[in-house]
Amino acid sequence: MSMNNQGRPTGTGSAGVAATGSSLLPNEPLLFEIGDTEHSGVDLPDVEIDGTFLGGFERRSEIDLAGLTEPEALRHYVRLSRLNYSIDSGMYPLGSCTMKHNPRLNEKMARLPGFADIHPLQPVSTVKGALRLMDELAHWLMTLTNTAAVCLTPKAGAHGEMAGMMAIRAAQDAAGQGHRRVVLVPESAHGTNPATAAFLGYSVRSIPARDDGTVDVEAVKVALSPDVAAIMLTNPNTCGLFEPEVIEIAAAVHEAGAFFYCDGANFNAIMGVVRPGDLGIDAMHINLHKTFSTPHGGGGPGAGPVVLSAALAPFAPVPFVRKGELVEHIEGQHLGRITAFNGQMGMYVRALTYMLSHGGDGLAQAAKDAVLNANYIKARLERAFSVPFPGQPCMHEALFDDSFLAGTGVSTLDFAKALIDEGFHPMTMYFPLVVHGAMLVEPTESESKQTLDRFCDVMLDLAADAKAGNAGRFTSAPTRAPRRRLDETRAARSPVLTWSRPEELPQAAE
Amino acid sequence: MRYLPHSEAERAQMLAVIGAATAEDLFARVPTQALLHEPVNLPKHSPEFLVEAHMRALSRQNVAAGDGPFFIGAGAYRHHVPATVDHLIQRSEWLTAYTPYQPEVSQGTLQMLFEFQTQVAHLTGMEVANASMYDGSTATAEAVLMARRLTRRNRIVLSGGLHPHYRDVVRTYLGDGPDLVCLPASPEGQGDILNRIDAETAAIVVQTPDFYGHLRNLRAAADAAHAAGALLIVVVTEVVSLGLIEAPGALGADIVVCEGQSIGNPLNYGGPYVGLMATRKEFVRQMPGRLCGETVDADGTRGFVLTLSTREQHIRREKATSNICTNAGLCALAFSIHMSLLGEAGLKRLARLNHERAVKLARMLGTVPGVELLNKSFFNEMTIRLPVPAAPVVEMLAQAGVLAGLPVSRLEPHDPAVENLIVLAATELTTDTDIEMLADCLNAALQGDA
Repeated sequence: MSMNNQGRPTGTGSAGVAATGSSLLPNEPLLFEIGDTEHSGVDLPDVEIDGTFLGGFERRSEIDLAGLTEPEALRHYVRLSRLNYSIDSGMYPLGSCTMKHNPRLNEKMARLPGFADIHPLQPVSTVKGALRLMDELAHWLMTLTNTAAVCLTPKAGAHGEMAGMMAIRAAQDAAGQGHRRVVLVPESAHGTNPATAAFLGYSVRSIPARDDGTVDVEAVKVALSPDVAAIMLTNPNTCGLFEPEVIEIAAAVHEAGAFFYCDGANFNAIMGVVRPGDLGIDAMHINLHKTFSTPHGGGGPGAGPVVLSAALAPFAPVPFVRKGELVEHIEGQHLGRITAFNGQMGMYVRALTYMLSHGGDGLAQAAKDAVLNANYIKARLERAFSVPFPGQPCMHEALFDDSFLAGTGVSTLDFAKALIDEGFHPMTMYFPLVVHGAMLVEPTESESKQTLDRFCDVMLDLAADAKAGNAGRFTSAPTRAPRRRLDETRAARSPVLTWSRPEELPQAAE
Repeated sequence: MRYLPHSEAERAQMLAVIGAATAEDLFARVPTQALLHEPVNLPKHSPEFLVEAHMRALSRQNVAAGDGPFFIGAGAYRHHVPATVDHLIQRSEWLTAYTPYQPEVSQGTLQMLFEFQTQVAHLTGMEVANASMYDGSTATAEAVLMARRLTRRNRIVLSGGLHPHYRDVVRTYLGDGPDLVCLPASPEGQGDILNRIDAETAAIVVQTPDFYGHLRNLRAAADAAHAAGALLIVVVTEVVSLGLIEAPGALGADIVVCEGQSIGNPLNYGGPYVGLMATRKEFVRQMPGRLCGETVDADGTRGFVLTLSTREQHIRREKATSNICTNAGLCALAFSIHMSLLGEAGLKRLARLNHERAVKLARMLGTVPGVELLNKSFFNEMTIRLPVPAAPVVEMLAQAGVLAGLPVSRLEPHDPAVENLIVLAATELTTDTDIEMLADCLNAALQGDA
């Protein structure tokens, strides 16, 4: 096999084996097609019970859960896993997602019994190490951001947004400013920002981007009014650019009596280089699963601690650690509890392990390398691709639009699918929305120059081929993946969301 | 720095290609006053063995649940997780994949999610399930919001048997007000929700087994809710119970949410866990979170994709059903693998074993003078009343190496009615010796106290 199969989840020799059922690229049957309700991979004693304490609520309905013995289970999940692309198998340049290396030391530490096998409601006297760990993590996050407090508990970035915006609402309610019902959101924002604002009952006022892809402080000033509660601004923004007027924007927002919520999804570009607190932010969530290397796990679990300014700190949700003590109840205006227990402890362990490994110096170097890598890709590709906001360095993401594909019959989607055939995971497509046919490339600091060069070579080759009129290579792609393009319309039109026994299928298909 | 591939020479080569003199030039758009001119005041990078030593030292300051007799439940349960589960979820292809937005190279995750959704639907007796939520408590809050959308009504009534933390989370999501009715704690299992349903009620929320361990009559709750045009949301914090107790879906539930931690996931001091959410097919377009659906590829081969995403924030923005984006993928995988290993036969055996252990615990507690068992029914968890405040007794037992359960006052500090109560759970890991030690220590503590 050629080395150009870099990143293929399962490297076999030639194209076309995907559908053959080869053990190297299997078409794995569903669990329910190989298991049954009798088999089990767990030995447990079969104890007798009587119904004395069951109150007549014993199960009478069938469950219909398929079981597998241990060797069958291993094979099923190993074979399934090989249908996945992953960071460990190749470059995963998904913009906005920060698909960096996930160190295995993190995994090892998270599995220490003193972390993995402790209960959230154990007596506090038996979890002193957990509290210290949370304290240390909080110290790192507050130091890196220069903020007064951090709420660790949010379960993911969007949950952190919710916590931060709730703290803002609580602070304004406490100050008699409850009439502020509008949140400003730039057009380039992540979808979670307007969704969070709306979720909390705010109406969303959109701020246009100017021609260079950044937010104009004058546009913010125009949009600010006495009913504005906050601005939700991503910085570096989703176009991969640092907002040059962010300090002026913060001042204008504060001047108008509103708060500055910063979406910290792109903190990887600036950690150890810029402290968001110095920019005037009041709240910012930090995706531990992006910036601090906790694994994405196929879509979670994440962790979204939110740092808070001194003005918002009193409104942080419980629980939190203060002076080494776990605070579970406080009186007053705080916003309550946003999840049952103490947040994503397993992710705290991994993130702190990562921080200690890198150190403050290593984190800053990582940010600089992430920015270097993105600019390197931009420099190598910009003559063949189209850069929507030229003439300025990018941060940790290089953004292209689809104007270079005009007239080729190739779309951004086609281009991304063709990249799969070359052994790379596609970049983020069609986001941010402010750029037509957006391709957002985030290499992270984890990629070597060699890998970046190979990626750029492939990208240039694809661009040349598209312009040479070979649209078929793109519109038929992928042909060298476990599946060809999937019919998403069919999936949405008549949703099949669970497996049904074959005899039940006509009913399920209605 | 072991995680960073570039040499200084390579950095210089790359800067030359970019046309920048220094790395700092790439930050030219950052206002000068915002750039740090000296390193942050944090420790420098550290070799793996030193980091490991530091983390191990922290971990040793905690008492692990496995270190001695352990009876804490209350929404998180200590079960055995087969070694296969943890091995498999650490495979690179599971651990380091992203959300399956490119389905052609994500069929592993997608098929797993389809299997997971099916397992959850079957387990709860519902027609459809989503691809997971953060945890049981946030899933409960999301279910309440979903019920409001479905009924276009606002009032929500929470049973007094709902986990107090879950109640608090719902309160945070909804805000206090007349449309959120939180019934007082019901440690005796008393049912007072049926006569609180009115024509304004969107949904009632009933947990079973409830926070105090009682099994609740879901059929009666469903009938009363439906008669008033309201929905029944059922909360299950111990999913193993569904191997022995009737499925909520078979009793009329409209939305079922569970904390799925018990299957496949360690205690982790509270997270990450995995929220399960299941409902009727007709309600699916108001469901939050990711959904995986079956389809075919261009060759007609079966495959799976994320679907119905017009409900979600990345498409709908401020009109989305929820702001949720990330879910609990890897925890859902652990759940699904463990559930596959159990299968129906194994889950039922596990559930019976848990109940058998709990019966043993209940009977032994009944022999301790001064201890009153409040439950007539339970699965693997129960509430006892002591003649004295519970928290100091639990602390005393912890000092003796026995983690004796949860004093309810920790969650309900302002409710004198629960001051003397302890909620205790048994699982398949609870041994006869553990139970005897608990009874002995409890006896000694109460005698000493008297």
